[in-house]
Amino acid sequence: MTKIIDSRIPEGPVAEKWTNYKAHQKLVNPANKRRLDVIVVGTGLAGASAAASLGEMGFRVFNFCIQDSPRRAHSIAAQGGINAAKNYQNDGDSVYRLFYDTVKGGDYRAREANVYRLAEVSNSIIDQCVAQGVPFAREYGGMLDNRSFGGAQVSRTFYAKGQTGQQLLLGAYSALSCQVNAGTVKLYTRYEMLDVVIVDGRARGIIARNLITGKLERFAAHAVVIATGGYGNAYFLSTNAMGCNCSAAMSCYRKGAYFANPSYVQIHPTCIPIHGDKQSKLTLMSESLRNDGRIWVPKKLEDAKKLQEGTLRGEDIPDEDRDFYLERRYPAFGNLVPRDVASRAAKERCDKGFGVNNTGLAVFLDFKYAIDRLGKDVVAARYGNLFDMYEEITDDDPYKTPMMIYPAVHYTMGGIWVDYELQTSIKGLFAIGECNFSDHGANRLGASALMQGLADGYFVLPYTIQNYLADQITVPRFSTDLPEFAEAEKAVTDRITRLMGIQGKRSVDSIHKELGHIMWEYVGMGRTAEGLQEGLKQIKALRKVFYSELFVPGSTEGVNVELEKAIRLEDFFVMGELIAYDALNRNESCGGHFREEYQTEEGEAKRDDENFFYVGCWEYQGDDEKEPALYKEPLVYEAIKVQTRNYKS
Amino acid sequence: MDKNISFKLRYWRQNGPKDKGHFDEREMKDIPGDTSFLEMLDILNEQLVNEGKEPFVFDHDCREGICGMCSLYINGTPHGKTERGATTCQLYMRKFKDGDTITVEPWRSAGFPVIKDCMVDRTAFDKIIQAGGYVTVRTGQPQDANAILIPKQDADEAMDCASCIGCGACVAACKNGSAMLFVSSKVSQLALLPQGRPEAARRAKAMVAKMDELGFGNCTNTRACEAVCPKCESISNIARLNREFIKAKLND
Repeated sequence: MTKIIDSRIPEGPVAEKWTNYKAHQKLVNPANKRRLDVIVVGTGLAGASAAASLGEMGFRVFNFCIQDSPRRAHSIAAQGGINAAKNYQNDGDSVYRLFYDTVKGGDYRAREANVYRLAEVSNSIIDQCVAQGVPFAREYGGMLDNRSFGGAQVSRTFYAKGQTGQQLLLGAYSALSCQVNAGTVKLYTRYEMLDVVIVDGRARGIIARNLITGKLERFAAHAVVIATGGYGNAYFLSTNAMGCNCSAAMSCYRKGAYFANPSYVQIHPTCIPIHGDKQSKLTLMSESLRNDGRIWVPKKLEDAKKLQEGTLRGEDIPDEDRDFYLERRYPAFGNLVPRDVASRAAKERCDKGFGVNNTGLAVFLDFKYAIDRLGKDVVAARYGNLFDMYEEITDDDPYKTPMMIYPAVHYTMGGIWVDYELQTSIKGLFAIGECNFSDHGANRLGASALMQGLADGYFVLPYTIQNYLADQITVPRFSTDLPEFAEAEKAVTDRITRLMGIQGKRSVDSIHKELGHIMWEYVGMGRTAEGLQEGLKQIKALRKVFYSELFVPGSTEGVNVELEKAIRLEDFFVMGELIAYDALNRNESCGGHFREEYQTEEGEAKRDDENFFYVGCWEYQGDDEKEPALYKEPLVYEAIKVQTRNYKS
Repeated sequence: MDKNISFKLRYWRQNGPKDKGHFDEREMKDIPGDTSFLEMLDILNEQLVNEGKEPFVFDHDCREGICGMCSLYINGTPHGKTERGATTCQLYMRKFKDGDTITVEPWRSAGFPVIKDCMVDRTAFDKIIQAGGYVTVRTGQPQDANAILIPKQDADEAMDCASCIGCGACVAACKNGSAMLFVSSKVSQLALLPQGRPEAARRAKAMVAKMDELGFGNCTNTRACEAVCPKCESISNIARLNREFIKAKLND
């Protein structure tokens, strides 16, 4: 089947596209803005910044989140920083270089025009945040400070201690609060979007469940924006918050929005290793630690064995017996290689038996050298809160003994397919932030998620959505009594009734954990065609268990946390299969997607640009059980020469 | 390796704000020391669901101490007795002893009505921020970020104030149910930065007025809030808020 996927990229050289677009797009005049309603689902960096900006422009905005306050969105947990091409450090940075690094970091699978725009607006984000009172780290002279991150040879990352996500989110939250006070944005907290309502082929509203009363409610608007984050929790254990889910995205997908590149899942190299089967989540240790920490495993297998048995400690192994494998394999970037490369290298060492903890699934991240070089005080000032967090969790003091880390699911580059305007394949439905797919290709660089979330919310969507809304000024407000709303609500009611009615014996979490094991084992860091097929088989079998053995206590009225989780898990099944189908189709290795059949002799990812230089767009076929259909958006590179990624020299 | 412990868990059940509420009890057996407090509650809930009962409801999300969602009053202390200031989710069972009785309650304050069990309604905090906890700035093209020079010391101090996660432990710990530490942290962050100065007077007045309106009590300097704050916010912020407030009132 062929379908033309039109990404609607503006004409002209890559550096002029966005300027040209803005010069020629349609605008909505102030009087008309008041007559147009926009629903924004999600209050993370993308959602809050979009809702605030749209409200301030004069649109009437309804903003939803599942938590008790917009400030709880998981953007808050981002630690390290946000990239921008300011070149404050005079180290040769530029918009072009940030663009280039991001495209290269994404293993040449991102859309050039989107990435250039991202790099272009990155500087405005920093200006905007500083104007809001975000307390970025500063130098003694009062200027903003920077640090470096993986995949870059310049220092372009702005940060606020190890809490950059928190400070940026609180900035967006304060802008949002200002608009709530002004009456332009109405907030709906503890509401969960469960369906998008389509009227005459356009997104015109949502069905949301009030998580306190349990009632379904209908909301209408001229356009719907989803900013609901990624799908990492399909793996059960990830660095995502417990509430992170893909249900809003899956409801759009079921209504016909394409889902792009689901197999691009980022496994972050520096997380605290798994300790037991009761564990509920994995904790990230910021990538910024790789600025000063050195990653190693023992050179000798017998040392590794002793570490695993607990008869030897890392600090007792002499320097000459330590294998700094990243510095050895990638001399030019060393410990600061991109995340996918660092994660695979850790897995490779552990698979060979060099793991350093009792499970054999951990490597050392050592600060001894930084403490010798800089002194303990400097290291404490830079990373103190992260060290404290590590000690709190593991009961080990990283000032004295090397940290132990292992890769874990962290971020999803794939997401709802959007065009240049961030509009999905359904008219009037937009997707921003992590929940779209567009800017990171097959691998996201550190400190780029915050950049993309805020770029979409502050500087891209508020422009591009007007190009759509300009044609809607004569469309009156919709009534939620329309049959399309009733139909959508009934479908959600039926779905909930079905889940409540199973009355089996197993809790949601017990099945979710099992799904997570399948995903990690067969659809995780090292994938094979055979393994993916086996994974798909097991997911399908587990889905049958879900529909026959699930038990949800309580009723549909009032707070019912188990019901919320059951609905989300049902969607993770669809998502899990989608990841596996895409991974199975993509017969190459690129970025976060590593197929063991496709690697070089040194174990590096081997891309196949001849056959896979495209965005894989998946279309729902009317039933969760049916295999989705694949369409291809060919990638067109005009500014950058596509080549093999090299972090060695 | 951490040892396993067994203990008696008393946890608060309350079906809505009007219900009187009561404690349920359960013997928890062989809980590994490296289990987090919330993971221990996951184990409890798995047991309850397996027995066909409704789970114990509590707020939680990021489980790494930053979202501010978790809000449990453990053995008489908000977030429990953690070291160096941490949230409930960063409390590990190795901090308890075999044979202990562990009591879990919700935040109890007029400003935070109970929704169910230990889940409370903290929208009052959002309303206080909406009253003025921001710099009014339009999205668009502000001046270059380095055009405003801010001494490192001021920026660092503002950052400390801005670390507040809005969990409400300060209110829960205060015998007056005062939200002064929360309000003063935001007022201080913006008062310390040049960007926040133009609206400083209006902000202090509006946020204090909203706090009073929502039923939070006054500050009597008992420092209970500071002692339990998971982000180590200092009550010197409250002194700064008072100065800002008085200055604003004198100019009226």
